[in-house]
Amino acid sequence: MAIKKTTKSNLITIAILIIIYIVCQILIATGSMSNLMKGLLVPLCYYSIMAVSLNLTVGILGELSLGHAGFMCIGAFASSFFSKTMVDVIGNTFIRFTLAIIIGALSAALFGMIIGVAVLRLRGDYLAIVTLAFGEIIKNVINVLYIGIDRNGLHFSMQDSMSLNLLEDGEAILNGPRGITGTPKNATFTIAIILLILTYVIITNLVNSRSGRAIMAIRDNRIAAETMGIPITRFKILAFSISAGLAGVAGVLYSHNISTLTATPKNFGYNMSIMILVFVVLGGIGNLRGSIIAAVILTLLPEYLRFMQDYRMLIYAVVLIALMIFNWNPTCIQWRENHSLKNYLPMFFKKEKEGL
Amino acid sequence: MSMLSVKNLGISFGGLRAVDSVSINIEKGELYGLIGPNGAGKTTIFNLLTGVYKPDTGIIELDGKNITGKSTMDINNEGIARTFQNIRLFKNMSVLDNVKVGLHNQYKYPTFAGILRLPSYFKTEKAMNEKAIEILKVFDLDEEKDIMAANLPYGKQRKLEIARALGTNPKLLLLDEPAAGMNPKETDELMDTIRLIRNKFNVTILLIEHDMKLVSGICEKIFVLNFGTKLANGEPKEVLNNPEVIKAYLGE
Ligand SMILES: Nc1ncnc2c1ncn2[C@@H]1O[C@H](COP(=O)(O)OP(=O)(O)OP(=O)(O)O)[C@@H](O)[C@H]1O
Ligand SMILES: [Mg+2]
Repeated sequence: MAIKKTTKSNLITIAILIIIYIVCQILIATGSMSNLMKGLLVPLCYYSIMAVSLNLTVGILGELSLGHAGFMCIGAFASSFFSKTMVDVIGNTFIRFTLAIIIGALSAALFGMIIGVAVLRLRGDYLAIVTLAFGEIIKNVINVLYIGIDRNGLHFSMQDSMSLNLLEDGEAILNGPRGITGTPKNATFTIAIILLILTYVIITNLVNSRSGRAIMAIRDNRIAAETMGIPITRFKILAFSISAGLAGVAGVLYSHNISTLTATPKNFGYNMSIMILVFVVLGGIGNLRGSIIAAVILTLLPEYLRFMQDYRMLIYAVVLIALMIFNWNPTCIQWRENHSLKNYLPMFFKKEKEGL
Repeated sequence: MSMLSVKNLGISFGGLRAVDSVSINIEKGELYGLIGPNGAGKTTIFNLLTGVYKPDTGIIELDGKNITGKSTMDINNEGIARTFQNIRLFKNMSVLDNVKVGLHNQYKYPTFAGILRLPSYFKTEKAMNEKAIEILKVFDLDEEKDIMAANLPYGKQRKLEIARALGTNPKLLLLDEPAAGMNPKETDELMDTIRLIRNKFNVTILLIEHDMKLVSGICEKIFVLNFGTKLANGEPKEVLNNPEVIKAYLGE
């Protein structure tokens, strides 16, 4: 049986990611990559994970989420907390970081599930409003939260680190607005790209399965899906929790790539959630590969436009508009099809077989 | 015991009594027609039977089981499937996937088996594909299986809705104006197909239709609805010659 068209397209995306990874590694080894670019490799991966995972909610489930950065925040802090407390307990970096990733993903997914259970049973755009509020609240709560640990266990406070009443062997891990310092820097480019590929595979496999079809059926026509005997709320919550959990994974990469983790409007605020949404919309709603491309271009662009200083955001806006037109304008779509690689390199693209 | 037994069904929208004291009995394997002028309440009856609306009065029994007030999803699981007057396909999904959504509760494997591509995924998907193709062949849609549902011509979209509904393996199939927008040739073919599926899939059918030729051609019994209430009920010949029915259709 011939490989299905969608499977083929997914394999191509993964192949492209692996090729990019190899090229980057060669550039690093030969010393031809700038420090700026080296520093951007892991961020590019976690922004891509954010965009792909948000696309599950927006493009596949068809619900609007305005607080995706909030789930990233949960994943970042939960995993950072874990890694910092366990750094002396679990010596093996691989095991500790793997556990940190799982903890980041599960805690973000848990919050996604709680929000989903509360909101997704309702019809209408409540999810947008609630996720917007969630993103802001979680950031503010972390900024007043102090958590320490000593031999008696965990201590919580909402005032300051003194009121944690830690014993002399204890240590305050989360310090309110000063966040968590000294998380081990375990997020390498290799792990980041593996997690990006994993995220991509999880979502594409989900989409092309029984549950994925149920989720898309709900998006396309809720009443018809109900008439087919599909439990609407359950599948909405499932999709949203997976989307949140994967944002948590992005958060793990984020927090294990910097030395001081704080929750500020810049990293986990509303603007970040909107920026991720822009990646999704420009890359094409429901188009996972497009999400990655948009995330990469729109993350690199402002960095490489720094020399333009004040004109930077102006150019950024112009590029946004140009991308939008390139993506959606019918003439551009036609042009893209006429000039697709398939026409220039037909030998690499076998004709689709008809029938089964 | 009847396949469907409806007693004293009624619902109001504000001041409008859209359906009032409607009672119908449909026997297993019957092909029943529901007709009536525009706005008579036919689609509303389908919405009541499938739990889209909850009735103010009345009892609905399917195969001896009371299903009044159940959710749309539960009613489908009990064995009622339907099509819609204003087509409601999963437009951005392929023809094949539309039917596979219909098969959702017939073939199961857990979500993680799909994500991890466990053997149960491959086994079940293969069985689902085979079943879906088998259903699509009945409607001559198997060639179009990979086309996006939205890109099908209108007549085929109507057929795909029936195919998808059959995927849920219903005892009772409700068809809301299946021939609407079809040309006479397509309508003739559809009549044959409806007869065929009744036998092949062993299903009882209740259909709403304006095309009198189709109704009198294939229905064994007819229920005429006017202003939400029963005007006549019985065999096509007697019903369609009933002066009240003629008056309701042609006006005074
Ligand atoms: N959700 C609703 N809210 C208010 N009124 C409604 C609603 N649904 C149906 N109605 C009204 O109930 C009446 C019956 O409508 P229905 O759609 O059942 O008619 P129908 O017999 O299917 O007509 P047609 O042949 O045009 O499809 C109409 O007057 C309609 O306006
Ligand atoms: Mg109607």
